[in-house]
Amino acid sequence: MRVVIDADLCQGQGRCFSIAPSLFGFDELGNGVVLVTGELTEGELELARLAEANCPEHAVGVIE
Amino acid sequence: MTIEKTPVTDFATDFDHTDPAWVADPYPIWEDLRARCPVAHTERYGGAWFPATHAGVTQIAKDTENFTSRTVIMNDGRPDELALPSPIGVAPPITSDPPFHQIARKLILPAFSPGAINPLEPQVRALCGTLLDRVAGGDVVEASWDYARLIPPSVIRQMLGFPEADTNVFIDIVHTVTESVDLPMDERIAAFAPIEEYFVRQIEDHQANPRDDLTTFLLNAEIDGEKLAVEHVFGTMILILVAGIDTTWSAIGSSLWHLARNPSDLERLASEPDLMPVAIEEFLRFYAPVTMARLVKHDMEYLGVTMREYDWILLGFPAANRDPAAFVDADRFIIDRAENRHVAFGLGIHRCAGSNLARLELRVALEEFIARYPRFTLADPDQVTWSQGQIRGPRRLPIRVG
Ligand code: HEM
Ligand code: SF4
Repeated sequence: MRVVIDADLCQGQGRCFSIAPSLFGFDELGNGVVLVTGELTEGELELARLAEANCPEHAVGVIE
Repeated sequence: MTIEKTPVTDFATDFDHTDPAWVADPYPIWEDLRARCPVAHTERYGGAWFPATHAGVTQIAKDTENFTSRTVIMNDGRPDELALPSPIGVAPPITSDPPFHQIARKLILPAFSPGAINPLEPQVRALCGTLLDRVAGGDVVEASWDYARLIPPSVIRQMLGFPEADTNVFIDIVHTVTESVDLPMDERIAAFAPIEEYFVRQIEDHQANPRDDLTTFLLNAEIDGEKLAVEHVFGTMILILVAGIDTTWSAIGSSLWHLARNPSDLERLASEPDLMPVAIEEFLRFYAPVTMARLVKHDMEYLGVTMREYDWILLGFPAANRDPAAFVDADRFIIDRAENRHVAFGLGIHRCAGSNLARLELRVALEEFIARYPRFTLADPDQVTWSQGQIRGPRRLPIRVG
């Protein structure tokens, strides 16, 4: 599983990078960016799911 | 200024967010509306709609085709008079629609990004400490007026790079701005004269002596290679005051009000400081302070009702946050709620540009208060007063600390 942010949906609400700073960072406008590439470890997957469940814009996705 | 209004008897057909019942406790009203009608209506304010559901609020917040943000404060003025006249100017980006909105928003976002805001933490913490020192000694602390109220303007003053000696002048100015929102236009313009004078003086000082602050940032900002007009810089400063001060004051106040009445939550925060970031999101969900407004762009059927051009939409982010269709146990405050897709900062293109700053101030204000007073209670529930209007929070909040 991988984690992605849909840049068209992200409005920089900042929930992802405060919940999981190991997975997400932010750009100069404050929009979320994914820091990890490739397969997530089990621990990372749990954090990614939590970020997904908290993003008000539904911009975080956990995909195959 | 208070206008005599008829009391509301049915909020589904005649709602008014300034009605004493709504001001005192809006949550049961919203719950009732969610059960009875998807969208409440009123003929007040020239005609307005209030969707009480998360789905309705979301749909409208994201729909800039059918709704305009030209004014975001619902009032009795008619839409053709509603654009704020010079010298106040409009307040981009909050009153802008696409495509200009994005240009005005991108301009200010870097100044409010986590990268710019996080380094302010030590200053905010020192400020909270100083304010707490000032009220120390008594058994009762006025936690709204003497603490929460003073934090946001002091932080903004520092960010704008205005002299520390002007702190009190600046707080007075801020109150003139935020309180004038409800005034008739001519009084509002008159109220703004001293503010404009003060800001222009500060702008000139920054033009002569550029430094690393928000004022210099705005003066150097460019649209299409052109520096901003002084009026644009001034308008943005006013927006930051209007959007950033009563809002954050209210969020801090409501959170302290909650903790004063819920000793088990206070105890958990005092003993588990790591819980704070999660708790902050629940405070924001449960006591979301900001309701916005939109105008309907044209006659249409929408959410099952018949809207007319220039009807108002009262956009209740706080009501959306209490919708059981979107949150498990929506009417329970759960301090460690792990899944919390709340919309206190809005949704879509107008998402609060200051949310990183607001969260920092809220967190540090609570951390410092709790560190100083790990146990506190409401001194006198009857003395607690709540603001009226689109920003909700306690204005008087005597807390017993000793
Ligand atoms: C807890 C405190 C705050 C809350 C709950 C809050 C809430 C909101 C909401 C709901 C919006 C959306 C407006 C709309 O959809 O029409 C908004 C926009 C905005 N807020 Fe905040 N706000 C807070 C603090 C701040 C602070 C501290 C600042 C800056 C100093 C700020 C600056 C702005 C700006 C500039 C916008 C307009 C963004 C745009 O239109 O693109 N806010 N805020
Ligand atoms: S939580 Fe969602 S909207 Fe916010 S920064 Fe992350 S992806 Fe963007």
